[in-house]
Order: sequence, then C-alpha cells, then structure tokens
Amino acid sequence: MLTYLVRRILISIPVLLGITFITFALLHLTPGDPVRIMLATEQVTPEVAERLTEFYSLDKPWYVQYGRYLGNLMRGDLGVSITSRTDIAASIANRLPNTILLAFSSMLLALLIALPVGVISATHRNSIADYASLTASMIGVSMPSFWLGLLLLLQFGLAWKVLPIWGVGRLSNGLWDFISHLILPSLTMGTGLAALLARLTRASVLEVLTQDYIRTARAKGLKERIVLYRHALRNAIIPVITAAGLQLGYLLGGAVIVESIFSWPGLGRLTIQAIQKRDLPVIQISTLVFAIAFVIVTLLVDVLYTVIDPRIRYD
Amino acid sequence: MTKRCGRSLFGRRSRGGGSSEPGRRISLRRRAIRAFVRNRMAVLGTTMLLAFVVCAIFADYIAPHDPLEMDLMKPFQGPGSPGHLLGTDNFGRDILSRLIFGSRISLTVGLVVVSIAAVLGSTLGLLSGYYGGAIDILVMRLVEIFAAFPFLILAVAVMAVLGPSIYNVMLVLGLVNWPIYARLVRSQVLTLRETPFVEAAKATGCSNRRIMFLHILPNCTSSLTVTMAMSIAGAILSTAALGFLGLGVQPPTPEWGMMLNEGKDFLRRAPHMITYPGVAIMLIVLSLNFIGDGLRDALDPHIRS
Repeated sequence: MLTYLVRRILISIPVLLGITFITFALLHLTPGDPVRIMLATEQVTPEVAERLTEFYSLDKPWYVQYGRYLGNLMRGDLGVSITSRTDIAASIANRLPNTILLAFSSMLLALLIALPVGVISATHRNSIADYASLTASMIGVSMPSFWLGLLLLLQFGLAWKVLPIWGVGRLSNGLWDFISHLILPSLTMGTGLAALLARLTRASVLEVLTQDYIRTARAKGLKERIVLYRHALRNAIIPVITAAGLQLGYLLGGAVIVESIFSWPGLGRLTIQAIQKRDLPVIQISTLVFAIAFVIVTLLVDVLYTVIDPRIRYD
Repeated sequence: MTKRCGRSLFGRRSRGGGSSEPGRRISLRRRAIRAFVRNRMAVLGTTMLLAFVVCAIFADYIAPHDPLEMDLMKPFQGPGSPGHLLGTDNFGRDILSRLIFGSRISLTVGLVVVSIAAVLGSTLGLLSGYYGGAIDILVMRLVEIFAAFPFLILAVAVMAVLGPSIYNVMLVLGLVNWPIYARLVRSQVLTLRETPFVEAAKATGCSNRRIMFLHILPNCTSSLTVTMAMSIAGAILSTAALGFLGLGVQPPTPEWGMMLNEGKDFLRRAPHMITYPGVAIMLIVLSLNFIGDGLRDALDPHIRS
C-alpha cells in the first residue's frame, strides 16, 4: 500500500510540473508586455511595475523566468495581487475552504439523490418510476448549471424569499444560517452530477444483478431485500464512488459559475473578480490551485479505490 | 422486480438487429441505421436538432425581427405581447429573433470546436498508439497535464488572457478538448495495430501513413462519432458558460449564454429574459445527448451506459 502510494505520488510530479508550466505560459500568452497591460489598468504605479518586473524576472530569458516562478512557488511566495496589493497566498487560504465546503456539500447532495433514484430505477426496470427517473436524469444532465442557478435564485430567493441567495453562512449565527446558505449553491452545482450518477447507479445495479453470485443468493432463498442490499449494492456502488470522486474535480471547475451567481466567497469568485480587473498574477495562481486540487483529488480517489475494492492491486 | 420486455422507451434493448432473414446479409452500417431509427429517443433528438439546424440556416427568413434592432420605447415586454411572441429584452430587442439567430452561433461554435479537438486529438492519438515509444510517452504526458485542469477553469483563464471573442472561444475550447480524442483513438489503435489486416497491409508494403489513416482510422469512426455527438453538446454548454461569465461571444451578438448574463440583472422585472435562452440551451443539449445515446447503442451493442 505504502509503496503504491509513494509511486502514485511520484507519477504526479511530471504532471504537476506541466501544470506549473502551463500556468506560467498563461501569463506570457498575453499579446505584449504583461506589466504594461497591467499598467493600463491604472492601478499600478511605476514602482509597482518595477517590482513586478523584478518578481517575475520579465527582463530575463523565459527559462530563467520559469525557474524563478517555480522557486517562488516552492517557497510559498505566490506573489502579490496588483489590484488589492494583498498577498495572493493569504486570499487563496481565505477562500479555498469555502470552495471545498461547497464542492463537498454538492457531492453529498448529489449522492443522496442519485443512489436511491438509481437503485429504484434499476430494481423497477421499465416501470413508470424508471422512465420518470431516466427522463429526469436526462434533463438534469442537459440543464446548464448557470440557468438552474438563476431559476433557483429567482424562485426561492426573490419570489418566495425562503432561502438566502448571497454569501456564506456562519456557524456562530446558528446551524440553520450555515445550512440555508449552502442549499441553493449546492443544488445548482449538484443537480447535473446527481443526474449523471443516477444513470450510472442504475446501469451498475442492473449489471450486478445479472451476476452469478446474485443468482446463487436468490437460489439460497435469501430475502430479495438482503440480496439487494447486502450482495448487490456493495458491488454496484464501487463504480459509482469512483465516478463521483473523479467528478469532484469537475465540481471544482463549476465553482467559477456557481460562486459568481451566489456571491460565494470562494476560489471561483476570486478568479472571476481577478479576470474582471485583469489581475493576471491572481488569475495565474488561482488556475494553478484549481489544477493542483484536481490532481490531489484524483490521487485520493485512486488510493480510496484500492481500499474500497480489495480486488484491485496496482503492483 | 425486473420485467422483461422487447423494446424499452429508451431503446436500450433493440430486437436482434433484424438479422433473421435467411440468406440475406445486412451490412453493419444498415443494421446500425436500423437500430438508430428504431430508438424513439434518438429519433426525437434528431428531429429536435434538425429544427435547430433549420433555424440556424434560415434565421433571416424565420426570425420575425432583426435580432439587433432596438426599440427603446418597448423594453421588457412580456411573452405574448403583440409582435413579440417571447417578449423583448432591456433594449426592446425581440427575444425570439435573438434565440433563432443564437442557434447559428451555438451550432457553429460547437461544430468548429469539435472539429479542432477531433482532428488534433485523433492525429496525436494515432501517432502515439501506432509508433509507441517516446512519442507515446510525450503525448500521454501532455494528455495527463491537460486533463489535470478542471476543463472550464483552463478555458476561463485562457479566455481572460487572450481576450473575449468568438474566434478565441472556438480556439480555446478546441485546444482544451483534444485529450478525450487522443485517449480514445490511442486505445483503439493499440488493439487494431495487432490485427491481421494491419499486418497484411504492412506485408504488402503500405507506408505507415497509409496504414494509420486509411486502415486504422476508419475503424475508429464508430466510437469517434459517439464521442463527437456528446462533445458537441459539451462544447455548446461551455460556450454558453463562457458567454454567461462575460468571457465569450461579445454583445450585441445574440448568443444564448450572454443573453442569460444580460437577463440576470433584471431577474425580478423580466424573468422571461432568462427563461427562454435557458430552455433553448437545454433543448439543444438534450437533443445531442439523445442522439449520442442512440448512436452508442446502435454502433456498439457491447457498451451500455
């Protein structure tokens, strides 16, 4: 297990290097001198421009610049926002937990919807319930999250005024305050995923139900409920969990949209705000953080996979 | 309990492929077309998509108004108001006409994005799978690196740097989408490379390029078709997402995502400004997903969702 873990981490290193290179190149894709473009936003004084040129070694060849960039990253020096003049590392640290919270609550919501729906759909195949859930999941997969978000905001926030539509709740204001702020953004983010996972659960349960050991279990005269929950579901859930884990990374990507609809103070909103102000250093670093988070999540899912399904061995 | 029935609404199980007639061999292609046409959802999807295509091509004749024509005396007209079936937006522009012209943008961007991604990805996947070795390692590392970015984040960041425009949207989404195709084609090439017909082609002295593009690639078309149908849907969604974030197609072009972006400032006053563009996006994506599912079931009976 440990050797697998170490090897898996080592494999991630070239990918991480590639990610840093792409985010590095991002800043240099800009037509023209990045500092001059930043200067055009007026918020940058010549002294700051000089410091930026120095920080990014913009007067040196690209490989020196890249080396410096890597060095700065290693030391945890992520640079300074050119609009707010604050340390980028600090604002990332402020916002990352909110994005992670949102991603996990969306995932939880998606699984709470998808698993029962998928199982019922599979056990009652070709029934009205099955068709209804298949249709609903097809619509759910096709519905753009930004549209769903606006509709939810309009209905629950503006028309019925039952749920908050702005920002993050605080536990110090009570549990309801905390949860109620999470509901709409999580629904927005989780619906598409729930639809996808429900389809997958259905397919997976159907597949498992055709296996020999299920026939054996039934032949032994076990109650259908026990066959389903103890024999079938345990195996059927493995591909669903894997897919869910991988989707966690995509959920992070959707954060850009959901956070900007509900003014959720996370990494996605930070990115969008930086884009509006053309704050290139912040764009660069937040993209990098998203990608690294994605790599870590994928790694964790791979490792978890071996824990859940002991048949899988990577050595 | 599981009920057994010949054909489901979703066409998962089509009857025996019609191979019953003795002595008559039915080509694989005809059998696939037959399976597709029998799938009600696939037919529904095709009909819906055709409606969008007709709108896109004949927008000038179908649309009741000029999509850009403003009428500042009549902003926020509700749906069903005289002359404006779906109402008007904050500038008094006819929403129905904007939606009709918007289908042109979405379909064009979707097709261009998928073409860029498919050509680039399949070529790299072919080279990588066929030659193996250093090329394979290099391409697969690139695939891993690109796949490590949450798709939308990379697109958003690059758009922010390059500046928003419809051409940049196509370019960026195409460049971000290629790894799916590279992976898909490579995995198929790895098995096809060992087949007797490729060996035969080699033995008769075909060039590597000929083997790759004329012998191997045509055998990848069925899975490529399925993936392309699905990823046109993805590309249309991404285009709309970029438009919604203000990073895609620029005003006053009638693009669905951007219409939602404009509408979100008038949620209370004119909810119809966000209702219809969302419905349009959903329907076009739905139709492509139905087609994708139908194609998959028709072309590859082994794969089930």
